[in-house]
Amino acid sequence: MSGMTAPFKVEHATRSSRIGSAALAITVIVLAVLPAFAGRDDLRLCSEIFVYIALASLWNLLAGYAGLVSVGQQAYVGLGGYILFACAILAGIHPLAAVALAGLVSAAVAVPVAGLMFRLRGHYFAIGTWVIAEVFRLMAAQVSALGGGSGISLPAQIVITMAPSRQLREFEMYWLALALAVAVCGAIVLLLRSRYGLALTAIRDNELAARSNGVDVRRLKLAIYIATAFATGIIGALIFLQKLRISPDTAFSVNDWTAYVIFITVIGGIGRVEGPIIGTLVFFLLRQSLADLGSLYLLMLGAVAIAIMLLAPKGIWGVLAGRFGWQLLPLARRLRFSADGRTNPSA
Amino acid sequence: MPEALLEVRSLDAHYGDFQALFSVSLAAAAGDVVAVIGANGAGKSTLLNSIAGLIRSRPDAILFRGEPIGELPAHAVVARGIALVPEGRRLFPSLTLEENLLIGGQLARPGPWNLARVYELFPALAERRHLPSARLSGGQQQMGAIGRALMSNPSLLLCDELSLGLAPIVVRDLYARLPQIVAEGVSLIIVEQDVVQALNAAKEVYCLQEGRVALAGRSASLSHAAISAAYFGA
Amino acid sequence: MMEWVNVIIQGVLIGGLYAMFAAGLALIFGVMRLVNIAHGDLIVVAAYLALIVTGAVGVNPLAAILIVAPVMAAIGYVLQRALLNWTLGDDLLPPLLVTFGLSVIIQNGLLELFTADSRRLAAGAIEVASFPVAEGIWIGVLPFIQLVAAIAVIGGLQVLFYSRPLGRAFRATADDPSVAQLMGLDNRHVFALAMAVSLAVIAVAGVLIAIRTNFDPAIGPARLIFGFEAVIIGGLGSLWGTLAGGIILGVSQAIGAHIDPGWQQLAGHLAFLAILAVRPQGLFPRIQG
Repeated sequence: MSGMTAPFKVEHATRSSRIGSAALAITVIVLAVLPAFAGRDDLRLCSEIFVYIALASLWNLLAGYAGLVSVGQQAYVGLGGYILFACAILAGIHPLAAVALAGLVSAAVAVPVAGLMFRLRGHYFAIGTWVIAEVFRLMAAQVSALGGGSGISLPAQIVITMAPSRQLREFEMYWLALALAVAVCGAIVLLLRSRYGLALTAIRDNELAARSNGVDVRRLKLAIYIATAFATGIIGALIFLQKLRISPDTAFSVNDWTAYVIFITVIGGIGRVEGPIIGTLVFFLLRQSLADLGSLYLLMLGAVAIAIMLLAPKGIWGVLAGRFGWQLLPLARRLRFSADGRTNPSA
Repeated sequence: MPEALLEVRSLDAHYGDFQALFSVSLAAAAGDVVAVIGANGAGKSTLLNSIAGLIRSRPDAILFRGEPIGELPAHAVVARGIALVPEGRRLFPSLTLEENLLIGGQLARPGPWNLARVYELFPALAERRHLPSARLSGGQQQMGAIGRALMSNPSLLLCDELSLGLAPIVVRDLYARLPQIVAEGVSLIIVEQDVVQALNAAKEVYCLQEGRVALAGRSASLSHAAISAAYFGA
Repeated sequence: MMEWVNVIIQGVLIGGLYAMFAAGLALIFGVMRLVNIAHGDLIVVAAYLALIVTGAVGVNPLAAILIVAPVMAAIGYVLQRALLNWTLGDDLLPPLLVTFGLSVIIQNGLLELFTADSRRLAAGAIEVASFPVAEGIWIGVLPFIQLVAAIAVIGGLQVLFYSRPLGRAFRATADDPSVAQLMGLDNRHVFALAMAVSLAVIAVAGVLIAIRTNFDPAIGPARLIFGFEAVIIGGLGSLWGTLAGGIILGVSQAIGAHIDPGWQQLAGHLAFLAILAVRPQGLFPRIQG
């Protein structure tokens, strides 16, 4: 029998991921000090990019790894936003604390929602999540204390409690968005490196096989769904804290919080952590160049997404990673066996 | 020497990275009954699926009446006159028995086989024509599957494991009807695990082993020992 | 009391429309396990087509169905063969994402072509005509036509599926696409025919809805959702169940609207969620799970 220590170790880093991780770390540091150099508009653009990176990463986790294709995540974006406004305006809670509460409430709501939605399979699950979002939207329009159908603005005296000056508030929102994106991506990377990540990858590849290997698929999917709702709720709260105004149509917009997110993830690459990051950058590049085109822009996005789905279903990063074996983040799994050369643990 | 109805020439078949058939060659003349035997996984079903067009091959790997059909899709192969009775029967569960037969005749090729003729061959089916096919017994389903394939008026009928999961008496009954089918001008290629049945029914036998033809010849002239060796591998 | 009877009748009548949305959706799912997210937007396309036809030829919108339906069927055939057939397979994502992309393209394409203005098809006197059925109960002619059309369409689909060779081909291909090929059926062609039938059904629904209410490029998704809810309430695999589902949805919405106009859609959604919670297989399921 072999000795007490495991004869093998799991290594996560590869050469390209070491480079990639270093590059990412430097980028984050640069972004953190950006407010010292950049103007207000640029900071806002960056905040938007961070928000979409976070949303797309979460959607990717849900759809690309857990196999839960949701077309209704806007439910939690809007819910998060409305909980924030409700807490701040109706209950006098400090906005930043309200952001945390928004996440918790979203997670709590996700439990019964999942109970209902998990009764639907595949495509019907997707439409079901859309129905839920519609229900939230219609209910929000009924709450007159928060402006009903036309929505409500965050009163000035609450805005001031966040930071004394407008510039400081802008910096605060920027850093919160950056921290959020880093936290979401970091959490996803840590999750994927853990054995739950292995289980998720198994589910992604073949759910039936995963189940017969002892993975509790249902519980894991439920956990992912709730965790994603939690994070999405926080993101939603931050989004509307930045906008200072909320209405049912903006809060639960399918275009803003689902269509764009899906296109980003498809273009960047589903089922890979780097995909949403690349996809968001490409998306914003396109938007900066083509925004004047209005509905033609959305039309083109749709066409591009279809083309990618049919011709390069792994997305931009999928193609690059496939050809060059690149990894931006340490997510590989390699077994390194112990120095005494024993390869069979039970030998 | 009668011209070959079907000729398989050096056929390879792959499932992804896995190679299932290695340079298999086979010939069947009009009016022949050919048996293909071999252990599980030897490639027998793969061979039939390739002939039937469910698996694509090189065009000239499979010749039917001299025409290359290797790369034709299954629905085109049926139109040429080759019908497959798939392994496990696989009647359509949403259809009644009669609907299964009718859809077999979808192509409306000319020939002697129609509902009446099939019910004549298999009287047990006539009594159950309106039952959902899932409610038939294994033997009845097998008859139904054969009848469904016959409805397309094929010149060549491929039968994949007729005896699978059936009681011996049912199997004997099925095989007893095969001569009537041949008499109407349909040639047969039978894949069978039941070696005795296969040798009784067929004039020619091919034995596959791990994707290769290990033995071929007239069933009357092959010895027990030779077949065993070919079946299990030397 | 009388007003509640009227409310329920209104609900039943519009339920027919929802049942048609649902029938097209369920047909496609049954035959090829595809849920077309652009389904609702295609209903709107039919409405705009009817607008063009009535504008160009000057016929009554109801007669326009005779032109719009074949055109939509042709569109469906081409759409399936040129695009959607390529997405079919074991993976759930491609068909869902491609039809989602299609939905966005259609909505924005219509927006570019027709602007966001609300339109309506004029059908003349029939729009407001009604006839009395009993003491104090009047039924609108148009809504009544809608229900009759729904019953005719679903009945027709039922006949197609269970008595005609094409329907047999649909059922066989749905059961076992491989073995269906052994019958001489080209799957690509069968799927495209199924989509053509689905869009022909949508065409009828689209024209009727265009006469009944104002429409604009953005109303598609809501129709998809109503169709979907009707399918789930009625139960998978049953065409008449879809009619029942549509009617239940219509009645729920009517009751909600009567309590408060803002509650119309919400009431329907809540009825759907209630059925999902209590009887997820639907009320009249034909297939399990």
